[in-house]
Amino acid sequence: MNSRDKILAAVKANQPSWKPFPGLPDTNNAADLVSRFSETLNNIGAQVHFVNDYDEIIQLIGTIYGMSKRIIATNTLFAGIAEIQGMYSAPATLADVALMIMETTLAVAENGAIWITDDQLTERVLPFIAQHCAVIVKKEAIVADMHRAYEQIGTATYGFGSFIAGPSKTADIEQSLVLGAHGPCSMTVFIR
Amino acid sequence: MSNAQHKEHAALANEFNKDATRVGWHDETLWWIRQKRDKAAHHLPEWEQLRNTASAIKDNVLSNLHEYLCSFEEQALRNGVQVHWAADAKEHNEIVLSIVRRHGVNRMVKSKSMLTEECHLNPYLQEHGIEVIDTDLGERIVQLAEEAPSHIVLPCIHKKKEEIGALFHEHLGTPEGNADPQFLTAAAREHLREKFLTCKVAITGVNFSVAETGEFVVCTNEGNADMGAHLSDVHIACMGIEKIIPQRKHLGVFLRLLTRSATGQPITTYSSHFRKPRPGQEMHIILVDNGRSRQLGRDEFRNSLKCIRCGACFNTCPVYRRSGGHSYHTAIAGPIGSILAPNLDMKAYADLPFASTLCGSCSNVCPVKIDIHEQLYKWRQVLVQSGYAPVVKKMGMAGMTFTLSRPALYKIAGKAARWTLGHVPFVVNNKLNPWYHQRELPEVPESSFGEWYAKNRKKKSS
Repeated sequence: MNSRDKILAAVKANQPSWKPFPGLPDTNNAADLVSRFSETLNNIGAQVHFVNDYDEIIQLIGTIYGMSKRIIATNTLFAGIAEIQGMYSAPATLADVALMIMETTLAVAENGAIWITDDQLTERVLPFIAQHCAVIVKKEAIVADMHRAYEQIGTATYGFGSFIAGPSKTADIEQSLVLGAHGPCSMTVFIR
Repeated sequence: MSNAQHKEHAALANEFNKDATRVGWHDETLWWIRQKRDKAAHHLPEWEQLRNTASAIKDNVLSNLHEYLCSFEEQALRNGVQVHWAADAKEHNEIVLSIVRRHGVNRMVKSKSMLTEECHLNPYLQEHGIEVIDTDLGERIVQLAEEAPSHIVLPCIHKKKEEIGALFHEHLGTPEGNADPQFLTAAAREHLREKFLTCKVAITGVNFSVAETGEFVVCTNEGNADMGAHLSDVHIACMGIEKIIPQRKHLGVFLRLLTRSATGQPITTYSSHFRKPRPGQEMHIILVDNGRSRQLGRDEFRNSLKCIRCGACFNTCPVYRRSGGHSYHTAIAGPIGSILAPNLDMKAYADLPFASTLCGSCSNVCPVKIDIHEQLYKWRQVLVQSGYAPVVKKMGMAGMTFTLSRPALYKIAGKAARWTLGHVPFVVNNKLNPWYHQRELPEVPESSFGEWYAKNRKKKSS
């Protein structure tokens, strides 16, 4: 018998009698979603800006990050300030990206996470390898908690998806919080 | 997986306790993290409901694991992922080596995986000429120091920043005497970025995998798992067979609990869902048993398989906080490690279930409601009955059994003890008696209860 069959046989022999799985907590605190989302983001080290349109975002990006470095965006509306993501020969060619600008259709108030999948990205590494990250979130995209978030994701067939909550961080050295461990050193969220 | 020759928990804890200031610092740091966990938990009115739900989902998983594993495999294969099965640590390591060899590389990056620590993957690969670069900052630090992680979530929680500064000076060429966490983290970022960009093979652990969809979720704050996986040609994910959950929607329950319990954050920075390899990439999943199916069959200890590796039981444990992770001489230390390890090797880890006060704090903070302290108590009984109790304890217990089952002898022994403690206490209270190392007896009474009762009853009836 190979290991697969051996393991499965042992599991089958040893598993206890069947128990059903429970229903999920029926939470849906829909009050103040936008302010709760932005407050959580502030608590986890992200910067929040409320904006009216893309011109305002472009202007803010210029002020915050400057325009001289390599910026990549998913949306062609940023063509004036950024390279629109394309097909790359290897993900490592993205090592010099200073800023990645993305948009999300799902964000979570309770933990400040934004959901991004590879349907929106030509290279999965983009949100991680960039020195900084900017995300545009529509107010209507914000849900209360993770239960509502997975309800919305449903049976989507992404190859890769990630909840990203703020900039990359570590506290491994004497519990001192440092932003910018391996991924982006900052995250700016534009809520419109 | 033990090397037979090791000191027991109490002896190793004694070594840690030689530096009282450091013990105090270690204790306070971990308690501070425990308090952050409390704050995060109390913030959610449905916290207890979440814990109950998570525990019940895991009950379902354990009762249906065979079907879930089959479904997960089927879905993963359909997603283009290669699935491997490893009965034990040895087979797991061999599978990793064979994949690495096939790609002709001699170094690889690895993000945090307690399973690979349990299997001693790093030393195995090094023996075979493969360099493993740990990329979690804490793990990289202990790797440079040639130590094991002392905590499953905070691998170098036992290290002072000055020691880390000295390590980085030696290995990464940072200026001597610089111990600034911000500066050292930036140095590690630069050092490891080069490794991410050049390594063709990346290993990650798995926090959760979904039977329904064949996807697996890896949680990090640093982004090291994603940097490794998305820049590599080959992604190997190693998971224990108990990591399965039934459906994608159940992730919501566990992701809400995991980091709040671990560090008090509402969620990790990255909760990445890997379902298919990216075009041109190879993705492997190794499903590892290594004693888990055996534990599944032990009624009293099965619940330990619900563990989601948050480390909350470490941070709250009065013994762990004051004895340090290395005193547990196993990959997973703390209360949960002490109920997992004897399943792997009863003889080598017979001391661990005794490294507890049975105060129950671990069970109270556990996000999946494992009855940890009750299992510690049950393991003690199993170990003693199986003849694996520590020698000194065994001798003491045998002596007590002999004395307590003989009333006459008990009376004489009691009298002798009271006389000795009253007149020549140094005979028992000395360095040779381990009981006295951290304890003092109260003053001895003049008579035993038996004597007192006989005397007073006589008085009353007269």
